[in-house]
Amino acid sequence: MNQKYLIPLTAVFLLFLIAYTGVEGAGLQWFFGIVFPYVAIIAFLAGFVYKVLGWASSAVPFRIPTTCGQQKSLPWIKQNTIDNPNTSTGVFVRMILEIFLFRSLFRNTKAAFNRNVSNRLSYSWEIFLWLGALAFHYAFLVTLLRHFRFFTSPVPSCIKFLEYIDGIVQLGLPGIMLSGVVLLAATLFLLARRIFDAKVTYISQAADYFPLFLIIGIAATGLAMRYFTKVDIIGIKTLAMGLATFSPTIPEGVGGLFYGHLFLVSILFAYFPASKLMHMGGIFLSPTRNMANNTRAKRHINPWNYDVETHTYAQYEDHFREKMVEAGLPVDKPLDKKE
Amino acid sequence: MSDEIKPDELLDKIDYGPRSESGSKSEPASWMDTSVQIRPGMYCYAAKAESVETLSLPNARPWNPLEDDWKLPDNWQEILHQGIKDRLEKFRTFKVFMDICVRCGACADKCHFFLGTGDPKNMPVLRAELLRSVYRNDFTTAGKILQKIPGGQKLNGARPLTLDVLKEWWYYLFQCTECRRCSVFCPYGIDTAEITIMGRELLNLIGLNIDWIATPVSNCFQTGNHLGIQPHAFKDMIDFFVEDIEEVTGVNVEPQMNIKGADILFITPSGDVFADPGTYTCEGYMILFKYLKDKYDLNVTWSTYASEGGNFGFFTSHETMKRLNAKMFAEAKRLGVKWILGGECGHMWRVINQYMDTMNGPADFLEEPVNPITGTKFENSKSTKMVHITEFTADLIKHGKLELDKSRNSNRIMTFHDSCNPARGMGLLDEPRYIIENCCDHFYEMPPNTIRELTFCCGSGAGLNAGENIELRMAGGLPRANAVKYVHEKFGVNTLGTICAIDRAALPTLCEYWVPEVEVYGIHELVGNALILPGEKKRTEDLRFEPLPGVEEEEDE
Ligand code: HEM
Ligand code: SF4
Ligand code: SF4
Repeated sequence: MNQKYLIPLTAVFLLFLIAYTGVEGAGLQWFFGIVFPYVAIIAFLAGFVYKVLGWASSAVPFRIPTTCGQQKSLPWIKQNTIDNPNTSTGVFVRMILEIFLFRSLFRNTKAAFNRNVSNRLSYSWEIFLWLGALAFHYAFLVTLLRHFRFFTSPVPSCIKFLEYIDGIVQLGLPGIMLSGVVLLAATLFLLARRIFDAKVTYISQAADYFPLFLIIGIAATGLAMRYFTKVDIIGIKTLAMGLATFSPTIPEGVGGLFYGHLFLVSILFAYFPASKLMHMGGIFLSPTRNMANNTRAKRHINPWNYDVETHTYAQYEDHFREKMVEAGLPVDKPLDKKE
Repeated sequence: MSDEIKPDELLDKIDYGPRSESGSKSEPASWMDTSVQIRPGMYCYAAKAESVETLSLPNARPWNPLEDDWKLPDNWQEILHQGIKDRLEKFRTFKVFMDICVRCGACADKCHFFLGTGDPKNMPVLRAELLRSVYRNDFTTAGKILQKIPGGQKLNGARPLTLDVLKEWWYYLFQCTECRRCSVFCPYGIDTAEITIMGRELLNLIGLNIDWIATPVSNCFQTGNHLGIQPHAFKDMIDFFVEDIEEVTGVNVEPQMNIKGADILFITPSGDVFADPGTYTCEGYMILFKYLKDKYDLNVTWSTYASEGGNFGFFTSHETMKRLNAKMFAEAKRLGVKWILGGECGHMWRVINQYMDTMNGPADFLEEPVNPITGTKFENSKSTKMVHITEFTADLIKHGKLELDKSRNSNRIMTFHDSCNPARGMGLLDEPRYIIENCCDHFYEMPPNTIRELTFCCGSGAGLNAGENIELRMAGGLPRANAVKYVHEKFGVNTLGTICAIDRAALPTLCEYWVPEVEVYGIHELVGNALILPGEKKRTEDLRFEPLPGVEEEEDE
């Protein structure tokens, strides 16, 4: 059991240390600052595309949406056009709600069984997974987008605006960005769930802990740079701009902590396509959600539909003709009057 | 069945905390290290060789799940490997669902089998992981590399396909009723039913079906229906209903059979012809068709060739499903009807709604269905040309075309069980409710988390309605029964309405076990009781030959 999270935890520590000592001790800035980030981005893009093309190349033989509401039926019966869409507009809305609001997760309930006189099974609404997941993903998204200020010059106004919004809640401390704090907190909550909710512990694999520790590591090193130690922002911007313009340079005076942060991010990118994180792409291709429930109205084509051997009516009648005639059932071919 | 487990014993076992097979809670071993124990009461008997042979499906042989040797073909691993590979290419669902589960656990406590047994491998996510662990090992780049490093497999949550793993697949894939409840809650729509469907298809490649599926499939292929009722016997049974109905109503409702040139072909599961209480639903259809014939000259024909609405092929493989389903269109074409009307059944309607036209269409020899009595176009079925009987009847009622005497059902305090497939593979939710409200005075819904798209399975679907797995069925049906019990105690509900033939076979047993005071009714049984046939006598009994409400008192006066 323990292995499942001790190994990923150790791995993340080691990865950080490798970069930190590699830079501080061995002077490998060029590797951790230039080579590996490029490798990671290439692996990410190539892997992502490969994976999505792989899914897309599989056929969709049947139209099998999971219907979660009233179908389109008689004109006076009110259809649930979102949860049981029969048009592509409906599907679009359903997908938007899934992708941006995790609509299905919002339905989550928690079952409990009371072994007493009534022996009731009860289901209560369980919103914390949804809240935690949504907080985590949006914090991640905002944090990621905010980083574009390092890669752009001048910084686009939309990024500046995002920063402004993100910093609007100051929590009593000036300069605090909400997204970073929420990211760390939400990831810690998701981790706690994995460790303390017995059912989730039981289903978890090392591959579930690893991304969480990795993101916690990234958030922690990021927050450390922002709030606790002085890092050379000008130097970092020079490095980032160098990467973005394909003329990489290694600035002086940027320390191991930054390279540790960058290395963990690179690992996350490189690891992404080979992992469950690909749910980001998969959700778009999930046939139970991205198809309209209209197969009865509009024929769906199965690209590999092939003919099968059936038991035909003629065979059936040949087998049962005598009995059918006796029972007064009509037949296609009359009985031979041999006798 | 004297050794049958008692309800209290079953309830004592329920515990949603993970535990090892032996039940000790202290240090639950990893699920991958607990090997399967096939327990009587929880599994169905192996498919008989003859039944597998009827359709020339592979590896027919006698075998017994409890024995060590399952008499597998020598190259079974190779067959399965190739089988998985093929299906990853043929089904995007399978491929995507193998890759993207984040193991968030949102689906974990949504499965009735988990809720009823507490067995962690009945959490949908773990049921899928049984296959996914092999997929990770054999079909992913990471898996192939990690295999070579000591401890790498474990780190990756991967494992090779061993005999033990195969047995585990078999045991747990036949503890899933393909109900799709898990899929409603999954943030990516991962449908464990779909994974079970793939898994069962794979098991069939090496002849590992259960007999409760294989034999009905074989019957259906040859005789036209799951129960193997031959044409003359089918007619006899219907004639028997004609007599019973005449006794109750005084009207002869003799239906048409195999009649060419009828307006509509009617197909319903053979279970409705075969056993109570489905038979009363069947009588309901017959009364309705007689009424429509007399009042509006609508000609509905039954067929003995296509005398099965259900499709246990769906629980075997996509190909077998297609082979059985082909009869519906073929018969409609032969008889030259305008369109097809389908009876009350669950998985039958998943097949019709989501597969039939794709597999066996286009049905260009039929007309776009229009209700000739009301003029309503059934827009939602204009390609498949098959209409659900509750859509049809609801339309008739809405247009005031049926004369109904609700009071004849006034002793029925109803609740309605949404069957999994019409709910989550179609969305047929309000049509049957509308009919109930027009045929009965008292209707109470079960709690919101247990109805409509969140409905709980009867626990016996997808071919698991056998006798030998009764413990599994009673445990799997617990969440359903528990909700029925709730409305029974709160509102005095005494009748559970349903639109599924498997429900009509399974729920009476389930109710008897958990809520013995509740009876199971098909929706068209209610229609049959309420509908006033032209020229009928004063009815004193319902279709079950029970006195109608108010009748006993009148006689006492
Ligand atoms: C379209 C984009 C995405 C959508 C709709 C999405 C949706 C979800 C949902 C619904 C969950 C399940 C709830 C949970 O377990 O927290 C989840 C989990 C997760 N997502 Fe995403 N996600 C997206 C992109 C990403 C990206 C880009 C990352 C990159 C880091 C990511 C990382 C994770 C992780 C690590 C988990 C698992 C959390 C845990 O272990 O409990 N997701 N995602
Ligand atoms: S809800 Fe979906 S993603 Fe979450 S564990 Fe279940 S199948 Fe996996
Ligand atoms: S489809 Fe139904 S029975 Fe199968 S795993 Fe999901 S919830 Fe359980």
